[in-house]
Amino acid sequence: MARQTLDQKLAILSDAAKYDASCASSGSTKRDSRDGKSLGSNEGSGICHAYAPDGRCISLLKILMTNFCIYDCSYCINRVSSNVTRARFSVDEVVKLTIEFYRRNYIEGLFLSSGVIRSPDATMSDMVQIARKLRHEENFRGYIHLKTIPDAAPELIAEAGLLADRLSINVELPTDAAVQQYAPEKKPDQIRKAMADVRLRKDAGKEKSYTGKRPPRFAPAGQSTQMIIGADGSNDATVLGQSTRLYSSYKLKRVYYSAFSPIPDSSSKLPLISPPLQREHRLYQADWLLRFYDFQLDEITSVTTDGNLDLEVDPKLAWALVHREIFPLDVNRASREMLLRVPGFGVKTVSRILTTRRHRLLRYEDLQRMGASMKKAKTFITAGGWSPGSLIDSVNLRAKFTPPPEQLALF
Amino acid sequence: MHRATIPPIGTDIAWRNAARDFLAAGIPPDQILWGAHGSAPDLFGAETAITPSATATVPRSFIALAQTVVWHSDPERFARLYAFLWRVKDAPHLMTDRGDAGLSRLRQMEKNVRRCQHKMKAFVRYREIGPPDATRRSFAAWFEPTHHTIEPTSSFFVRRFADMDWRILTPDVSAIFENGTLSFQEGHVKPALPDDASEQLWITYFRNIFNPARLKVSAMQSEMPKKYWKNMPEAASIPDMIANAPARALAMAQAAPSLPPARMAQVQAQLATCHSAWDGPKGTLPAAISACTRCPLHQTATQAVAGEGPADADLMIVGEQPGDMEDLSGKPFVGPAGQVFDRVAGEARLDRNQAYVTNAVKHFKFTARGKRRLHQRPNTSEIQHCRWWLDAEITQVKPKLILAMGATAAQSLTGSGEGITRRRGTIEHSLTGTPVLITLHPSYLLRVRDPKTQQQAHSEFQQDLLTAVRFLSDNQAQAE
Repeated sequence: MARQTLDQKLAILSDAAKYDASCASSGSTKRDSRDGKSLGSNEGSGICHAYAPDGRCISLLKILMTNFCIYDCSYCINRVSSNVTRARFSVDEVVKLTIEFYRRNYIEGLFLSSGVIRSPDATMSDMVQIARKLRHEENFRGYIHLKTIPDAAPELIAEAGLLADRLSINVELPTDAAVQQYAPEKKPDQIRKAMADVRLRKDAGKEKSYTGKRPPRFAPAGQSTQMIIGADGSNDATVLGQSTRLYSSYKLKRVYYSAFSPIPDSSSKLPLISPPLQREHRLYQADWLLRFYDFQLDEITSVTTDGNLDLEVDPKLAWALVHREIFPLDVNRASREMLLRVPGFGVKTVSRILTTRRHRLLRYEDLQRMGASMKKAKTFITAGGWSPGSLIDSVNLRAKFTPPPEQLALF
Repeated sequence: MHRATIPPIGTDIAWRNAARDFLAAGIPPDQILWGAHGSAPDLFGAETAITPSATATVPRSFIALAQTVVWHSDPERFARLYAFLWRVKDAPHLMTDRGDAGLSRLRQMEKNVRRCQHKMKAFVRYREIGPPDATRRSFAAWFEPTHHTIEPTSSFFVRRFADMDWRILTPDVSAIFENGTLSFQEGHVKPALPDDASEQLWITYFRNIFNPARLKVSAMQSEMPKKYWKNMPEAASIPDMIANAPARALAMAQAAPSLPPARMAQVQAQLATCHSAWDGPKGTLPAAISACTRCPLHQTATQAVAGEGPADADLMIVGEQPGDMEDLSGKPFVGPAGQVFDRVAGEARLDRNQAYVTNAVKHFKFTARGKRRLHQRPNTSEIQHCRWWLDAEITQVKPKLILAMGATAAQSLTGSGEGITRRRGTIEHSLTGTPVLITLHPSYLLRVRDPKTQQQAHSEFQQDLLTAVRFLSDNQAQAE
């Protein structure tokens, strides 16, 4: 076989990495290179340097170190039984690509993942070597996200956490049974133990020593994980139940939901469907309600009988439509908790309402200027000069929010 | 009528100085003409009689707002800012009134500028213009921002690219950074930048990171509007990528084989049917416990927490179940309740290291509430399932006395968890005949608020530990 060029390797190994949803570069420590001796900065908020036509942000150089893999996970393009072309980057090639892309302002940093080759320890130690070279030889101060291999040695994880901004381990599927079925070599309990280990190390990194000195920060941008949606039969209640447990147990920054998408040369074990993008979107909305709007899991999932989220309307609206008895709310009097439950009001809008109503009575036009989505909100509130009348009790209220029925194609 | 001409470089300082003087002199907004009207020789045109009578104070949040809005492309921006400033000087609370039309408009403009700044940070694309092996490399970019954002945004590029020379040229004002010094110049035309080999690699990356099965063109365009595309090398590939996406997705679906679903779940269910007692080789018990899937708790907990202590201990201490810290670390009794236990045990001269410490249920049961995990009491079925492991531990350690802390441990060991406060301090017998001393769970000591009750619980718990110590020393004396 002819030797692959860097361009060919990049094509293969970026193609192999695209099923990882995360591309975040936010929430790490602030740092810059004003000393003139290093390269890169990090300012807290992430930057998306480009968007692909799939609507996803491209913030990091997201590549696999290699797509050779000894595991046989049926949802994965890189599984050992797949016929995909294989390639492998050398350590220097990854370092060079990262630095050259960064200097041209294409990226915020590197997201490095890998198939498991030889052994988990050997793979992890190559990945750590790349991060070490970037930080210590190239003086790189941009963002580094390392995917950790669950059963790698603890020393390697410890070093990875000191070099990288974020560590992540994918739980892959919503239930243990599904993981055992589709990824037989992966152990759900081992994945959870690895996440627990990262959390404990991160917590230990916050404690000051008796002299008041702080240890170096461990994975300052925290850890995240990803779940594939729609590959197994789990309903949304199961998925969200799993993610609330992950958030509370391991202090995850994010749980990513990735609609299962067909891969070239896919396994016979999995459904051949177009990715359930709308379901993925609703899951993210529900995830936000759980984390920032004080919703409880059962409130969101009890709206429908089958434990799946309503695909036609967003979860907050779906909740409001079955709890009409508490609406309309008076925006000039209602509490913060209740205002957060109004469809069309976000966290920012609510805090603006609370600060402004100290000075004067809020009118309908004020709410528009405060960034509320009045198309949704107007049914559920009263304000100065506005009352929804009998709108809230009308039988066809739901139809006002759902997309118009579409005629099927004739041919 | 007064006239103020604001220059295109240093706009923020110039407007601020001018506005400060006008405000101090008490000149109302309708008396001022802002902007580059004609070629005024100096800041105030013909008018010279500005005598600032007093210093004006305005809310700090207004200054921050103005420093951003001055970079907007709207020619009315200076006048709008001053008009609002004139109102806010007598009513500072206006700054927090998001319903106010004037402020709302300014906040909208601020948002536009911020977004333009953010997009500039994202979409500037450098090309290398010097030799790649130079000690200080040099790069250049051509960019066309919507607002006058080059000056307020250039500090970002200084912080990020301080070890190289760079220039960002725009039709309006250009930023040039050489040997650590930043300067601004006016009037550049679009330069012909040399080809850059890394650009081809970037295009390859862009084409391959795209998943054709999830085409969402409008989502892309709302974040990366077409007006930026002409200066981004990768954007030329977009029409082609969109056009080929449906065919590629279809090919992926058609190429895939289809076979009946795996029947693994059924097989696993059969495997899970358990035997009567654990009879694995000595030393493998902890590993067997951590692999346990006998009840659903293993799916949500991090790990099973096996007992810890000498394998021939006289005393076995049984708690309820691992808590948050135990679940994360894999060790029994290291959380808050464990610390209470250690303290009281120290007072009673009970050496924890001489005892085998374990729990009635090996996995942590909880409900997730936001960022916290709330402990939940294990139910009878879970206790029953896990008794299998507790029995295995008892068979291995063969303790002379078991200390059952709390209702769950009592239920697991004696078959009943009722009336702990009544039964505490007494010695009963386990289902296999080992003496069991029943006591309170140390977390109860943490839970009670009333100081009097807490004092009583503490002394009761301490007494029970003393009873255990006495029982064991009597037992030893009898044996001798």
